[in-house]
Amino acid sequence: MSELLFIEGGRVIDPAGGVDGLRTVVVRDGRIAEVAERVERPREARVLDARGRWVTPGFVDLHVHLREPGQEYKETVATGARAAVAGGFTTVAAMANTSPVNDNASVTELVLARAAAAGLARVRPVGCVSRGQKGEELAEYGELKAAGCVALSDDGRPVASPALMRRALEYARAFDLPVAVHEEEPALAGKWAMHEGAAATRMGLKGMPAQAESAMVWRDVELAELTGGRLHLQHLSTAGSVRALREAKRRGLRVTGEAAPHHLALTDEDLARAGYDTSWKMNPPLRSVEDRRAVQEALADGTIDCVATDHAPHSAVEKELEFDAAANGVVGLETAFAVCLGLVRQGLLSERRLIEALTAAPARAFGLAAGSLAPGAPADVAVLDPAAEWRVEPERFHSKGRHTPWKGAALTGRCTHTLVDGRLVHGS
Amino acid sequence: MIGRHRHLIGLEELDRGEILQVLQLATSMKEVLRRPLKKVPTLRGKAVVNLFFEASTRTRSSFETAAKILSADALNWTAAGSSVSKGETLVDTARNLEAMRPDVLVIRHAASGAPRLVAERVGCAVVNAGDGAHEHPSQGLLDAFTLAEHFTRAAGGPEAAPDFGLLAGKTVAIVGDVSHSRVARSALHCLPKLGAKVRVCGPPTMIPAGIERMGAEVHHALPEAVKGADAVMMLRIQHERIGDPLIPGTREYSKFWGLNARKAAEWLAPGACILHPGPINRGVELAPEVADGPRSVILDQVQNGVAVRMAILYLLAGGGEAHV
Repeated sequence: MSELLFIEGGRVIDPAGGVDGLRTVVVRDGRIAEVAERVERPREARVLDARGRWVTPGFVDLHVHLREPGQEYKETVATGARAAVAGGFTTVAAMANTSPVNDNASVTELVLARAAAAGLARVRPVGCVSRGQKGEELAEYGELKAAGCVALSDDGRPVASPALMRRALEYARAFDLPVAVHEEEPALAGKWAMHEGAAATRMGLKGMPAQAESAMVWRDVELAELTGGRLHLQHLSTAGSVRALREAKRRGLRVTGEAAPHHLALTDEDLARAGYDTSWKMNPPLRSVEDRRAVQEALADGTIDCVATDHAPHSAVEKELEFDAAANGVVGLETAFAVCLGLVRQGLLSERRLIEALTAAPARAFGLAAGSLAPGAPADVAVLDPAAEWRVEPERFHSKGRHTPWKGAALTGRCTHTLVDGRLVHGS
Repeated sequence: MIGRHRHLIGLEELDRGEILQVLQLATSMKEVLRRPLKKVPTLRGKAVVNLFFEASTRTRSSFETAAKILSADALNWTAAGSSVSKGETLVDTARNLEAMRPDVLVIRHAASGAPRLVAERVGCAVVNAGDGAHEHPSQGLLDAFTLAEHFTRAAGGPEAAPDFGLLAGKTVAIVGDVSHSRVARSALHCLPKLGAKVRVCGPPTMIPAGIERMGAEVHHALPEAVKGADAVMMLRIQHERIGDPLIPGTREYSKFWGLNARKAAEWLAPGACILHPGPINRGVELAPEVADGPRSVILDQVQNGVAVRMAILYLLAGGGEAHV
């Protein structure tokens, strides 16, 4: 006897399938059975009333830090996966900068086992580019892929050596893995606390120039051309980086890019207005108005493929400090949709493009079987109320992280239900 | 209270009226300094804690002297030898000190924003005695006081009653490592509110991005920067900046951005005075004959610093009516 669920009355937005309109989504035994305008509903089917809501593929986040193993006081795979589904995310790519780092199968397997036990979002581990994330030797990409890694990244730190980066892009081709990079030329960046500009000058904080990021992006675009490797540019934050990515795509290289909600919505001047609040400190830092504009435009026109949160939880131990001394990183899973919907309301992004950037586009960038409501696909679904008004109260987050620049802010748009494999993992 | 403010974190937050409130009270305080018996009972029973996380002799002594003249009890807490070296956080240190019930916490810290972090978490008044490259508000106020005194003297007015209105229309050139200077930033937040124009000058490596948006006119050549200026403030070149690599060395720096008697005579307006926040690197930014010469108001700055800090402590410790 099969189990049937009808998600009825909602506006289905599935960019992968070219669908946007009132539809019923039929879920049978954990898979999408069909998406249609009129479907006969059998008596035994359960119903999820989605009137006034958007029904979309579950979101895909290519950039989260779940902190397990090693820093479970900041986040665990389970709490991070819980935060993910609360935000509408059904697939998250977990960065490798845990303790120990994910440079071997045992760590990958541990993350997957914890995710399976939690039974919430799908957690797709990302392995290290370099052994120990030391930037010296290649990690074992074949073993990492076999264990379940979907990409490689030393995120948290850049791959400083151009020679290692070249070999990483080359060697990863053997296993068809994208190399995802945090772009920051370390010597040019120096010790910094925020973006270099008038706001940093006024606050007396050491700035990191935008070019510390874009110079490294240009380097890696050249290396992608040299090697034919798959390059994914993480959390792009500057106009120069966007220019380099646009050029890479013009050349037809296999290069993709992501942008974080905070870089899409906020600037260094907003940080200055917030004082020295470490809930506004992250890497890359909030940039200038011109940079934000370029990143917004690039996301809208598809130059930047997708939105990724860079969800980076920390505890009060790392954050209740002088701004210089505080750790970089803010949480994002539970606010991402509402923040990005704000861009739609400002007319900077279409609704369809926003959903694509949260679903089909990131899935494509990492080659994941996710982000679509095609018949036969696992029923990973987000039901969203685009009109829901709510106040951000970090103490009510599912994440253990409490640091967000939207603390206390009034946002519009919220995920009401999330399904993974047809199971309701968020909402009731 | 200084106007609306319970703390003194920066001059950015202060408006013209609030700045004048401190400066005018400092005039009365300076009169106390001229008395043979330099002690008034105004803050008797009040406690001032100097919490210094960065080495400082001048500023700490100045606050301590100011507190003692006002009869407040002053406690000096320095980072070395304290629990900070055992890994205690700034917030913990401040809360522990607060439990000793001080009325004013004077903080110097290498991290910009540190006094503000403390102010948000303690009940007593907080005075920023210099935070990173952010602000040094008492220095900004004493510089304004000193300039007003100089312009009053030059106009033939009574030295004991500086006319702060005389800052209007004047031009002050600040020369040196502006990028690392909290003194320059506090001056940029203070002097324009009193009607003065500010120029900054130094090698491009020492001029921070977007400083012109703080109202500064940017120069790289010293003769141009000081031409027609009514006052020149020379900043200290910190030895750790050499090879940072902001400048190639002190020899070249002093050749192009240092001031000696010949350059002063040739380039400065006849009545222009010279300030320096101290301590001076003699022979680097300032030649000894200029530091000690007739244009120098550097020792006036030190004395006015005590008067200005008396005014700040008085206003924030909530002393009685101003019967000094």
